Amino acid sequence: MNTPLLNVENLCIEFPTRRGTLVAVDDISFTINPGEIVGVVGESGAGKSLTGQSIIGLLEPPGRIAGGSIRLNDQRIDNLPENQMRKIRGKKIGMIFQDPLTSLNPLYTIGKQLIETIQTHTDMTVTQAREHAVNLLEEVGIPAAAKRIDHYPYQFSGGMRQRVVIALALCVNPLLIIADEPTTALDVSIQAQIITLLKKLCKDHGTAVILITHDMGVIAETADRVAVMYAGRLVEVGLVRQVVKQAAHPYAKGLMNAIPSLTKRVEKLTQIDGTMPGLKDIPNGCAFHPRCPDCMDICREKRPELTDIGPTQVACWSYHDCKH
Amino acid sequence: MTANTDTAPLLKATGLKQEFDVSKPLLNRLLERKPRQFLTAVDGVDFSVKPGETFALVGESGCGKSTIANMVVGLYKPTSGKIYFDSIDMSTIASHREEMKLRRRMSMIFQDPYASLNPRWRVTKIISEPIRAFGLLNEKQAILDRTAGLLRKVGLSARDGDKFPHEFSGGQRQRISIARALASEPEFIVCDEPTSALDVSVQAQILNLMSDLQRQFNLSYLFISHDLAVVRHMSDRVGVMYLGRLCETAQVDDLFNNPLHPYTRLLIDTIPDIEMTGRERTPVQGEIPNPMDPPKGCPFHPRCPLAEDHCRTTQPTLRSIGEGRSVACHAIA
Ligand SMILES: Nc1ncnc2c1ncn2[C@@H]1O[C@H](COP(=O)(O)OP(=O)(O)OP(=O)(O)O)[C@@H](O)[C@H]1O
Ligand SMILES: Nc1ncnc2c1ncn2[C@@H]1O[C@H](COP(=O)(O)OP(=O)(O)OP(=O)(O)O)[C@@H](O)[C@H]1O
Ligand code: SF4
Ligand SMILES: [Mg+2]
Ligand SMILES: [Mg+2]
Repeated sequence: MNTPLLNVENLCIEFPTRRGTLVAVDDISFTINPGEIVGVVGESGAGKSLTGQSIIGLLEPPGRIAGGSIRLNDQRIDNLPENQMRKIRGKKIGMIFQDPLTSLNPLYTIGKQLIETIQTHTDMTVTQAREHAVNLLEEVGIPAAAKRIDHYPYQFSGGMRQRVVIALALCVNPLLIIADEPTTALDVSIQAQIITLLKKLCKDHGTAVILITHDMGVIAETADRVAVMYAGRLVEVGLVRQVVKQAAHPYAKGLMNAIPSLTKRVEKLTQIDGTMPGLKDIPNGCAFHPRCPDCMDICREKRPELTDIGPTQVACWSYHDCKH
Repeated sequence: MTANTDTAPLLKATGLKQEFDVSKPLLNRLLERKPRQFLTAVDGVDFSVKPGETFALVGESGCGKSTIANMVVGLYKPTSGKIYFDSIDMSTIASHREEMKLRRRMSMIFQDPYASLNPRWRVTKIISEPIRAFGLLNEKQAILDRTAGLLRKVGLSARDGDKFPHEFSGGQRQRISIARALASEPEFIVCDEPTSALDVSVQAQILNLMSDLQRQFNLSYLFISHDLAVVRHMSDRVGVMYLGRLCETAQVDDLFNNPLHPYTRLLIDTIPDIEMTGRERTPVQGEIPNPMDPPKGCPFHPRCPLAEDHCRTTQPTLRSIGEGRSVACHAIA
């Protein structure tokens, strides 16, 4: 087997607080191959963004990696000093944030921000960088890019700002892009363009993408594999078609059923009752057990590990022989 | 959910227009000898929302949906056009007190749960802000009780009131803004992408909650979303916008079963294929127009498969073509 581009092993992320340590990401492992698009879905607060931020080394203190390792092309990147990590960030790993406002400086024109980023990582002249920036803006669908490049972020709509952020992440051709809700603010037709763009990049440049989103439509169309997270843990990982059509884990099943359908109108959407526990009160055993329709005794006591079940990996006792 | 056709609208907008000044700074303009430049974000939009009804606005990013939302709740002053709430022309209200009395009856859930919550305030303070601003409750304990109840309503716990926004994930923050929007017990809520930051299972809970509240209190929603499946699920009527104008309005089922305007058809063709039938999305045709320099004639003509000469010169108006349906297209008789 080829070495994966990214190898995350037993990653734990915690927040020390006065009232004790909160574990936000709890022992997760996965790999990503060059050019592969892996979707990450799951309940809000499940730890998807934190996982992404830890890979690119932008975990905000007091959050910290408490265990495990992250390797990019076999090089450990989770314990690099900030000055080395800064070189990897932007050049090898790009990030598209959930919130376009945090990645754009409101005081500078978008052109200035793009040109600066391009010049930091390449030896283009200002004129070349500007030309490159205009091309990128056109590629992500900003109309009259040559003119709008001199505008400030507030002069753009929410969706247009996100396209600028995408252009910013793409500008130096990274190996891996972590896209955190990249199309959440976008309407479907622009979304289709961005998705096509992401897919094209992966194909042409072998760029891998971690696509964090709650839009299963986007995942279904774009991703090769999908990972489902719940309360800081991975509960199911598999080929996208398999998970969308025949999710195995009870949480993943519930998630798929909650998607509003375009073809049949229902009075009430199917919902998973209850809420995901806060980090302070994650239950023993399987974190999903209080909301699970299939809960058994063992689920309340022992945590199920992610195990191969046919074509997918699932962390759920109802798929295990409980030998231990 | 379907409102009676002859009830008076709770909200009515006529000829709504919003221009933004996007000129370069004065000095640059003088040096480059450039005139002032304006961007028309919303141009001549009419719609109404009846009590208990959900009217949805859909359309491409940048077509002016949020701008309309901001005008409706009074954050932007329309360049021209009028907004009537409960038959009162909002622009003619003289006293601050009168205005507050009306504003209390409407609220807004914003698109961006990050920018819309004050990072230095605890959640309780954020949620109770409308209660205090409108003077609905004065006693401290009563305010605390109300905010605790609101937090539970949106699926958070009363204890979360002591925290700051940054301690929550994106989706949790959006629940906080929903709780805040409910705080003044409004009749009319503008929901600008209320669930686009939420995962689908929380989205299902929030949408179910919004429907329940609507039934319970006969709430009206102006509902903005780019997720057409959500729009289909939530709304009674839909307005499709293109480049600052409405190009089609229809009952929700009519719109999805039989889209008439060529842009509406394009929009419905580009919905992601969640059923994974292998259907390829129709790639977007043509250039996305520049709102600072919109095409002459029908703004959609450069991308329209049905465009004829007439479309390139004359702008179609939104015409009623029968039962609750209007289309702005020369090709649709
Ligand atoms: N600074 C912090 N202090 C304490 N807890 C935090 C902090 N930042 C994040 N958390 C917690 O970590 C958990 C994971 O957060 P994360 O942002 O990764 O969620 P997410 O899966 O991306 O959710 P969403 O879909 O809503 O964006 C959440 O429960 C959140 O409350
Ligand atoms: N304050 C402003 N100054 C100048 N231009 C603006 C301003 N606010 C919005 N615009 C412009 O007005 C147009 C409409 O923006 P608006 O935010 O209403 O779009 P939207 O339909 O909500 O899009 P999205 O789906 O991306 O949120 C866009 O071209 C935008 O660039
Ligand atoms: S391990 Fe048990 S509680 Fe957890 S999802 Fe499976 S059946 Fe449900
Ligand atoms: Mg997140
Ligand atoms: Mg908007």
